[in-house]
Amino acid sequence: MTIHADHSAPETVVEDQAADVRTKFGISVEDYMLPARHQIQMVNPDGTLRSHDEQGTEPGHEYPTPGDAELMAAYEQLVVGRRVNDQNSALVRQGRMAVYPSSHGQEACQVAAAMCLSEGDWLFPTYRDAVAVMTRGVDPVEVMTIFRGDWHGGYDPTEHNVGIQCTPLTTQLLHAVGVAHAAKLRGEDTVVMAMCGDGATSEGDFHEALNFAAVFHLPVIFFVQNNKYAISVPLSHQSVAPSLAHKAVGYGMAGERVDGNDLVALLAVMDRAVKLAREGSGPLLIEAHTYRMQAHTNADDATRYRPDSEVAEWQAKDPLARMKSYLTDKGLLDDEAGARIAEHAEAVATQLREGLGEDVPVQPLDLFKYVFAKPTSQLKEQSELLASELARAESAGNTGNAHNSGSESAK
Amino acid sequence: MTVTTAANGTTTANVSAATASAAASAAATAEATGPQSLTMAKALNTAMADAMRTDPAVLVFGEDVGMLGGVFRITDGLMAEFGEQRCFDTPLAESGIVGMAVGMAINGMRPVIEMQFDAFAYPAFEQIVSHVAKMHNRTKGKLKMPMVIRVPYAGGIGGVEHHCDSSESYYAHTAGLKVYTPATVADGYRMLREAIDSDDPVMFMEPKKLYWSKDQVDLGALRAEHDAGTSTEGRAAVARPGTDATLIAYGPSVPTALAAAAAAAEEGRSLEVIDVRTLVPFDDETVCASVRKTGRAVVIAEAHGFASVSSEIVARVQERAFHYLAAPILRVTGFDVPFPSPKLEHYYLPSVDRILDAVDDLQWED
Repeated sequence: MTIHADHSAPETVVEDQAADVRTKFGISVEDYMLPARHQIQMVNPDGTLRSHDEQGTEPGHEYPTPGDAELMAAYEQLVVGRRVNDQNSALVRQGRMAVYPSSHGQEACQVAAAMCLSEGDWLFPTYRDAVAVMTRGVDPVEVMTIFRGDWHGGYDPTEHNVGIQCTPLTTQLLHAVGVAHAAKLRGEDTVVMAMCGDGATSEGDFHEALNFAAVFHLPVIFFVQNNKYAISVPLSHQSVAPSLAHKAVGYGMAGERVDGNDLVALLAVMDRAVKLAREGSGPLLIEAHTYRMQAHTNADDATRYRPDSEVAEWQAKDPLARMKSYLTDKGLLDDEAGARIAEHAEAVATQLREGLGEDVPVQPLDLFKYVFAKPTSQLKEQSELLASELARAESAGNTGNAHNSGSESAK
Repeated sequence: MTVTTAANGTTTANVSAATASAAASAAATAEATGPQSLTMAKALNTAMADAMRTDPAVLVFGEDVGMLGGVFRITDGLMAEFGEQRCFDTPLAESGIVGMAVGMAINGMRPVIEMQFDAFAYPAFEQIVSHVAKMHNRTKGKLKMPMVIRVPYAGGIGGVEHHCDSSESYYAHTAGLKVYTPATVADGYRMLREAIDSDDPVMFMEPKKLYWSKDQVDLGALRAEHDAGTSTEGRAAVARPGTDATLIAYGPSVPTALAAAAAAAEEGRSLEVIDVRTLVPFDDETVCASVRKTGRAVVIAEAHGFASVSSEIVARVQERAFHYLAAPILRVTGFDVPFPSPKLEHYYLPSVDRILDAVDDLQWED
């Protein structure tokens, strides 16, 4: 039997990569992997386009401006995303949902992360990425039922290739790596978008995922939304690296920083990343600078750890206002288009209000149905126990918890 | 080689069709018939090779499993036969190995991964408990986790620190994981094949002190048994029939229990030995039937006794067979101390004498 193991020295792999980068971009591999000196930014907070020299681009870090159709489609999703965030927060206040970690202020990141992907690609979101999940095509009500408390997941991940929203930090990045690895072994050109936040970069799985992706040369884009806070803890307590994007070079992948409230720049950077990954350039790390405008969740009080002045400063950089002004000035967005988009956003909000306002009865016996693909006799027994409690409660006319019906059920 | 449809509905093309089909015919003729002397290590190795020949979605990876064939040589020859796309070394990171396997399982593969030693699996605990165990449930079965996490476990090999833990209770306690542990060479083959076939995630606990145990097994017969769909999941085995008391054991403790039963027989006491085989799901029926018959039981396990699989077994049996019991069920387990150093481990491990002492304490005079 022949052994074909590729035990090439790492230097050889690095040299090959360096030669490849030189051919493609005419720069050194270090200059390619290190982020450009400034974040990529194309549109100013006031909506004016920055001159090419001011966009932060450099040789090997060039980003063509996205086309008009893409910008308009993305803007529409941005408006919908903002409406969804605010609708959901309202539904929490009304008690229709238990909790909602809002991405208010980060919608440009949400939209770009989903829109840069093709149909067969995969997205691995965190709990704050509901808007990205929705933008990918998942039914908004199905996305939100997790927060209503019906079940720990509301949508079928295989329908739109979207992993289940992940609450533990960065564990999903490894799932993204695995999906990409499986696709690569089958010769498919799937790209996987792996999302996490700034605080999450402190986790061990962040390191393991980036390293695995780099070593196996997988088409994964690690997309870090640096919204400046991990609940209450600022980034300075998580990392003192020059930037989070600088971490890329340590793994042997390219990193880039982008203005996370500038949808034009985001789309430009993400589109190119997807293209590079699909062409076989390996993984990339993109850090988007944005801001969590609201508290971590409704249970959090952001005034305890950050000044109002800071929030106001970021309010002026709002991604929505900026994009609106840019597209209007560009002559792409007029009152008619604006009204149509607003109507779309309102329709989604209505869908959410109606879908989440409705109390779908839970199925207690579902507790046992999905623990295993092949059920165990113990779970069958426990299922029968609960079924008999439910039957007793029903015959006693008690539609509530069977345990209210007396000490009988304790036996 | 055919194209198979994997658990999640993804069509899985063969990653190295030519290699696999060539190997399949070679292997099928090589060791087809008749009983032969085989180690558990070879039985496990053959189970993986057979599974890889049958299904191109089966991948083997972990630390040192490729060129080296694993520190215990359980994956010996797999990379050479199936290529480095299907059997490969990963960076040294257990959470990474399990997490990547989760993604592969999502995308149509059936990963069989190795944690090098019991205590080295702990960095992967979050992936195992929060994702491997819950994915099927969270997605209401839309995503299955057809993966096997192989864990060489337990003591008896004079291992240094962190190399001898009995970690089965952590996994058995976690809803959504199946936990298998073979005690015989034949079960090594059958149970690993079944674990790989399973659409549920299986923690496959391999008693490392039994890797080099030998037995006469007929691989041809075991393969035929597998192909006929014979299942060991949730089915304990009567390793030795008896009438006076039942020894309930699993994994590394089964040979010790059998030795105790043999010694007891010389003293005229007939002990039945039950090999639990799959801790999850647990075979209440076989275990309780034995205890109802004998009226006495001792549970034997290497793991610490407190809040363990052994305590679960005692609880289950007394709930179901209380009125048949002539004496309280006793346990012989590891002490509740960190697994000892090589020179001290024999004081810790359940021994024949300690088991026989427990049997003597089963109120025979009443």
